[in-house]
Amino acid sequence: MQKEIIISGFGGQGVLFAGQVVAYAAMDSGKQVTWIPSYGPEMRGGTANCTVVIADHEIGSPLVKNPPFVIALNLPSFDKYEPLMQAGGTLIVNQSMVDHQARRNDIHVLMVPCNEIAEEIGDKKLMNMVSVGALLSGLTEVSLKEVEKALEAHLPARHKHLLPKNYEALKRGFEHAQKEWDKVPA
Amino acid sequence: MTKELWKGNEAIAEAAVRAGLEAYFGYPITPQTEVLEYLSRRMPELGRAFVQAESELGAVNMVYGAACTGVRVMSSSSSPGVSLMMEGLSYIAGTEVPAVLVNVMRGGPGLGNIAPAQSDYNQAVHGGGHGDYPRIVLAPASVQEAIDLTVLSFDLAEKYRMICMLILDGAIGQMMEPAEMPEMKPVQRKDFDWATNGTMGKRDRRLLTSIYLNPLDEEQTNLRLFNRWKEVQASEVRYKEYFIEDAEIVIVGFGTAGRVALSAVRAAREQGIKVGLLRPITVSPFPTERLDQLTGQARAFLVTEMNTGQMLNDVQLAVRGRVPVEFYGRPGGVVPFPDEILGEIKRIISAPATVDTDARDAWLTRMTQHA
Repeated sequence: MQKEIIISGFGGQGVLFAGQVVAYAAMDSGKQVTWIPSYGPEMRGGTANCTVVIADHEIGSPLVKNPPFVIALNLPSFDKYEPLMQAGGTLIVNQSMVDHQARRNDIHVLMVPCNEIAEEIGDKKLMNMVSVGALLSGLTEVSLKEVEKALEAHLPARHKHLLPKNYEALKRGFEHAQKEWDKVPA
Repeated sequence: MTKELWKGNEAIAEAAVRAGLEAYFGYPITPQTEVLEYLSRRMPELGRAFVQAESELGAVNMVYGAACTGVRVMSSSSSPGVSLMMEGLSYIAGTEVPAVLVNVMRGGPGLGNIAPAQSDYNQAVHGGGHGDYPRIVLAPASVQEAIDLTVLSFDLAEKYRMICMLILDGAIGQMMEPAEMPEMKPVQRKDFDWATNGTMGKRDRRLLTSIYLNPLDEEQTNLRLFNRWKEVQASEVRYKEYFIEDAEIVIVGFGTAGRVALSAVRAAREQGIKVGLLRPITVSPFPTERLDQLTGQARAFLVTEMNTGQMLNDVQLAVRGRVPVEFYGRPGGVVPFPDEILGEIKRIISAPATVDTDARDAWLTRMTQHA
């Protein structure tokens, strides 16, 4: 088993942390995992992405050309990764920040208004956790419970009071995505 | 100890601390800066020496001085910074003191870029500073290996009174993987019989130098260094093999290029292609003997690197023209994807080279056609 996930968005959307949460959950459940950020002469407001690879064997390449899973938190990420996705893959799109539908019909596209859901919970910064929840609806190798446990185990102590809202964000994202799955043609 | 998610650069820094690093001297440069940043906090916490020098030249000469006292000392940098350190490395080698240097390589030559590359293989393994001197070079391919080899590098440097370099790239430096740290070892300052650590009025003076004005003395020094190197070659070769047992095509790749090749090997195996991977962990000393053995088994070798074919020459020396050695590289800071290497594996089956093919020329032609 090997699954690759790319999480992409603006710097500041919590892209790198979202990937780390998934990586921690995979590690804690005994899987092999790599997390690698895009790095370069980045600037505030620029794009950021990270690649997470989960496997039950020694992982080779930490990078992937045609990912089966992508979270696109903004429009440039949506436009960049939709054409690159593996056929049959699952694309989670932050509906709050895109202005058009997906073009491909050979991938599963789950539209999730991450910003609005996060604001309903009461903290717009939780939008990354909403998207991770949505991812887990398609990524069966990592469970919601495992991600919750990973957050609890690895969130710095000063942020521990935020755990309940993070759990809620994960759950709301997961539930919204499940409804989206019902719309996805088989 | 349990596994934690460690970033490569920080893992190297913490591993060095746990191996008893007493003094670190460095200068910031991407994609290595996290090593320095981490140690700038961690070393003072433990009452150990951390100095951000005025330049790489300053840093390497501080390493030289500390190494003469016999303490565990290291520096880290990235390609352009390592070039600046070469004079100091030569003096350290000539003085026969142990030192550890980490090079998180980037695209070059010149200022180049900060993307992952393996462009300094020749500088690390064959070239570097002036004069005749051997050095140990380790090439980790994962965060765990980076930790283990950092610890090992101090032991090897001391055992052989030699520079031990770690070469990796920004992909491993920036990547996070689950890894286990060794236990924290208390600093044990060894009383080496060569260390200039103060006579305390109780023993004769010692002299450490790299000056041998009489050529016959310098010649003896050169011979001594290379006799010691023979011991290193006999005892310290390390590599890891994957799917090698029945492999008819053997890929040779180190570090990131090696682990990318592993993905290609897995994909090829799923298609029934008998291909394996030899990943050198020590690139100096090089696993020449193992490659010599594999020449009897393999009908072709494919060297994959993130440069224009530097380790290629060492593989060719081991294979000695008995079977074709082919090459695939992505220089300049480009990390290959597994499907590129899979494509090369299939090409070797459909259109194999002969032993007379110039591997780099053939690769250049293919690259130019594709571009």
